[in-house]
Amino acid sequence: MTDMRTPLGKVRGLGSAKDGTSHFWRQRLTAVANVFLISFFVILVIALQGADYASFIEALQNPIISTLLLLVILVGCLHMKLGMQVIIEDYFHSEGLKLLLLMGNIFFASFIALASVVAVLKISFGG
Amino acid sequence: MANADLKANRPLSPHLQIYKPIVTMVMSILHRITGAALYFGTILMAFWLICAAAGPESYQFAMDVFGSFLGRLVLFGFTWALVHHMIGGLRHFIWDMGHGFELSAANWMARATIVGSVALTVILWIIGFIVA
Repeated sequence: MTDMRTPLGKVRGLGSAKDGTSHFWRQRLTAVANVFLISFFVILVIALQGADYASFIEALQNPIISTLLLLVILVGCLHMKLGMQVIIEDYFHSEGLKLLLLMGNIFFASFIALASVVAVLKISFGG
Repeated sequence: MANADLKANRPLSPHLQIYKPIVTMVMSILHRITGAALYFGTILMAFWLICAAAGPESYQFAMDVFGSFLGRLVLFGFTWALVHHMIGGLRHFIWDMGHGFELSAANWMARATIVGSVALTVILWIIGFIVA
């Protein structure tokens, strides 16, 4: 017998955490996207190093650059939220502290993502 | 086991400090450390973008911070963490596809990760200084 799962468990699928392989899948999906997005980001930062204010703003008002930069922010923050969640689950075993850190992780990732998105949108819409 | 005393003074299984650090293990640990460092490194990205959105003076302030010696040192470390974590991630993709589990392949990939990440970081900074 190689499969220990009951037929009912197999049909319902999701296992004890009730989210199946969704964490793994999102981790790898964002990782694949990040290979391209972070490469773009590094090239962008190198290209913009030492740029004066006017040329920086001009670059971010290019819709392709701002769209890719928004993807860098969103996909990057989702990937790091997933990664830090695993670190917290690995090292913190007291329920209360773990819950607090898992919440803080989501708050931090959301704040960084949204603050950066607002900044990019403000620049690209010319504000 | 529901009533097991979890705080009892039981013998512990061997942990990190017992083992000789081998290259695959060190790369695994570095993958996690660089990931965690990049997590907090995003504060710098947000700082950069927010300063730019706030106007010319604060943009110049951010440029001065990143252009200082300490700023460049941090950005150099940031670059290495980013490159190392990415190459480590590519290694995980190879494993996900079911390849690279032989001892020789795993050791080779681990060495390539550290050599590649350091080399690529230096190359990126040389390119940076050339285009500056």
